[in-house]
Amino acid sequence: MSAPRRVSLTVNGIERSGMAEPRLTLLDFLRYELGLTGTHMGCEHGVCGACTVLFDGDAVRACLIYAVQAEGHAVETVEGLCNADGSPGPIQDAFRDAHGLQCGYCTPGMLISVKALLQATPDPSDDEIREAIGGNLCRCTGYTQIIDAVRLAAAKAKGAGT
Amino acid sequence: MRETARSNLLHVSRKRRVKEDKRFVSGTGTYVQDVVPKGCLHVAVLPSPYPRAKIVAIDSAKAEALPGVRAVVTGEELAAHTMPIYQGLNLPNVRWRPLAHEMTRYAGEWVVAVAADSVHVAEDALELIAVDYEPLSPILDPELAMAEDAPLVHPDHGTNVLYRGEFNWGPVDDDFAAADRTLSFRVRWGRSSTVPIETFGVLASWHAGTDTLDIWASIQMPKYAEQIAAALKIPLNDVRVHNDVDVGGAYGVKRGIKHTVLVGYLSRKLGAPVRLIEDRLVNLAGGDAHGPDRIFDTEVAFSENGTIASMKIRALDDAGAYPGRGPYQLAKPISAIVGPYRINSVRYEPISVTSNKCGQVPVRGFGQAPTNYMIETAVDKVADALGLDRIEVRRRNFIDREQFPYMIPSGTEYDSGDYHAVLDKVLELAKYDDLLERRERRRAEGMLAGVGIATCLEPSGGNTMFEYLMNPQAEITTFMESCQVRVDSHGRITGIMGTGTSGQGHETLVATILGEELEREPDEIRVIHADSRAGFPTVAPVASRMAIMLGGAAAGAAQKLKERIIRIAAHNLGTTPDAVEYSAGAVRDSADPARKLDWEEICFIAHNQTHKMPEGIEPGLQAYHILQVPGGGRLPDEHDRVQLYPCFAFQAHIPFVELDPGTGKVTINEYYIAHDCGTVINPDIVRGMVIGGVAQGIGAALYEKFSYDPDGQFISGTFADYIMPSVFEVPYVEDVEHCTPSPLTSHGQKGTGEGGYLGAPAAIASAVNDALRPRGVSIHELPMRMADIEDLLNGGD
Repeated sequence: MSAPRRVSLTVNGIERSGMAEPRLTLLDFLRYELGLTGTHMGCEHGVCGACTVLFDGDAVRACLIYAVQAEGHAVETVEGLCNADGSPGPIQDAFRDAHGLQCGYCTPGMLISVKALLQATPDPSDDEIREAIGGNLCRCTGYTQIIDAVRLAAAKAKGAGT
Repeated sequence: MRETARSNLLHVSRKRRVKEDKRFVSGTGTYVQDVVPKGCLHVAVLPSPYPRAKIVAIDSAKAEALPGVRAVVTGEELAAHTMPIYQGLNLPNVRWRPLAHEMTRYAGEWVVAVAADSVHVAEDALELIAVDYEPLSPILDPELAMAEDAPLVHPDHGTNVLYRGEFNWGPVDDDFAAADRTLSFRVRWGRSSTVPIETFGVLASWHAGTDTLDIWASIQMPKYAEQIAAALKIPLNDVRVHNDVDVGGAYGVKRGIKHTVLVGYLSRKLGAPVRLIEDRLVNLAGGDAHGPDRIFDTEVAFSENGTIASMKIRALDDAGAYPGRGPYQLAKPISAIVGPYRINSVRYEPISVTSNKCGQVPVRGFGQAPTNYMIETAVDKVADALGLDRIEVRRRNFIDREQFPYMIPSGTEYDSGDYHAVLDKVLELAKYDDLLERRERRRAEGMLAGVGIATCLEPSGGNTMFEYLMNPQAEITTFMESCQVRVDSHGRITGIMGTGTSGQGHETLVATILGEELEREPDEIRVIHADSRAGFPTVAPVASRMAIMLGGAAAGAAQKLKERIIRIAAHNLGTTPDAVEYSAGAVRDSADPARKLDWEEICFIAHNQTHKMPEGIEPGLQAYHILQVPGGGRLPDEHDRVQLYPCFAFQAHIPFVELDPGTGKVTINEYYIAHDCGTVINPDIVRGMVIGGVAQGIGAALYEKFSYDPDGQFISGTFADYIMPSVFEVPYVEDVEHCTPSPLTSHGQKGTGEGGYLGAPAAIASAVNDALRPRGVSIHELPMRMADIEDLLNGGD
């Protein structure tokens, strides 16, 4: 164990900083140092995807990164997908419309993976949807309504863009 | 694809966004890990490295000296201050405690716990603890565990057999003697469970000033507060369980009693909030949350035309070291022991044994999924033996729609159903003939391909009567659920439930039913979770019961409230309650509809104007209803015949799989399901429950297993070893509803939380064996893993 050090980074577009022991994961830093509890702990070994965040735009596991590695980087969490007034943003609303969730525990990581997908591929095929969420385990839904939700989110974004 | 039961329904059965989803998609749900009070201490636990060993000595001096460590506690200390944890069976010499005492009984069992300022320091401290063990030979095989000379998991109990029973319902021997044909087979359900993505967690905080133990936990457990109070030897009304904690998936397994007793004890000892959040290894290896691990030996008596007359079933289940309520999973399936079939008689021999493996908890369906796998295998085997079509054999044995209510040999009456119609629907959805053609085409191309068929009954509504069948000391016949409804002085409605929720949409359920009964907008109804001291009597969101029981309680509360509203309005209209009409919250004089009181006016009067209130009506607008399970309340008769669950939902599943003959890999290309849970309250929730259950069933059928090596070491401690289906393993599931309303419930609803998990393992097994048929082999052990199938096809190494 060594002494905590200050870590400064951008989270959801806002400059944030906090203290972290070198062994503290980005997941625990976000949750317990910055109070962003939307990102969830599922396995802490990089399989389940519940802790997925965007790291400089890429979907990554926050349980496999140390907080100190995030120094100077930009992180986006589920809280950042909301509108400015805190109401659900378009991807989140599509998940509500399709009921692409149940207990909500894997949902933040799932939403982040979908955000990464739709940023790169606005009109994804079903195979591309599966590829994008292939690293996010959901135990409740059996994925079918999640696929519906992603299709809906893409369709709505397309509608909004034309 | 769906149809509604009653076209005159305002809100029930209509598509509606799920209330809970808003906070979940926003990342603003409040799970137990999100509750961290100031000064909170964190617990880490030291696992036993041996499956069976004497604890000779524990040296924790170095750990206690580590800065930040607040307490190191052993099994000896806990045993001196707490009672053993309640178990279902009457087993006074099988003592279950949070920490091993004198002896460890499985690899991964908790031996020492450390509470510290951070979980990291607590884990550091574990490394400084020296435990001197004397390793002993473990017993791992349930059949060998029954031998006279087997090592004893609980020596004081004198045997590894926890329960052994025999039930005879109907003329089994006569039916076997008279049958044209008999067959026998063995199937095995592997040790798996429904493993939520959120591990179990609990926070306990003792307040000496108010003598209150506050508990936040990711719990789904009947009589939770009662068990905590009993184990900690404190009054029940000292315990306050906060039911407003969101639970990150439960599916039966979030029981956490040992965790709660441990942190409750530590919080009282240290005068600080204490939390224990399992990490994944602790969850998988030592959470006492494994599921059924079962061997069925079954004999079937049947006629040349495929009619099944009788079954003899022996079910041997390995409960692991600490059974908890696990063994009752052998008894609940009695509620549908003949499935949807007209089987005249059954002999059932359930056996529960203990072994040096992690303890068992109830899993989705409470034993019904393994049992249904066995029943459906029996039907497929009868079809095979006679060279008949599997679907035709099911049709010949189905209980017909005209036969309901239908009494099965074990004394349970099925409320309603139309199994032929549901089967027709899934065949139509799957375009079954085309599907068979696709199968033939793939076979011709060199792949192994198979179509599966399975049906399942989903007993729903819950009851405790099965406990009495296995343990006559459990003379409990009450299985209630409650709901309160309040209308505030501004006219806003709040529904109050007494349990937590773990993804089943109970807030949406209550709002929809209250909205239906009161003709008000469900989206404007708030639903909250009373804590265990404030709420009315309740059980838990288990047993596929909440649509029936919480929904029924909400309907009852709303009806009582409506009566009160009508009386207040009639009084102010100068007439009698039978001379007014209620509509959408307003009450009109039937004789002169222009004369009316609006909802807001009535609410204002009720809260503020005693002078306008009728005699005998108390101020405010509130009501509650406590519903006892329909048909419950009777003990078994002298032949062990009893009404178990009240309502019986039904599903039919058809998967289409391909199997790579070189690698043994199974791919599910298509999956079709027809489901009948009576009146659907919320179609999105029902669809999610059904399909989610299918995905878990796919996991149990093909991937998931808590494995131990021959020495008793646990070898499934990560999600790379305990494999759960990702989106690549679960196809897009096509589903269709059917509706046979239950005559026993408020709106005709039945349960639907379990059916997908009950039907899918049997259906996948049926499909895999159909794929293997051209090779002349079959597999009857779940999970049917790639390597197992490859060995079967290619003869192993």
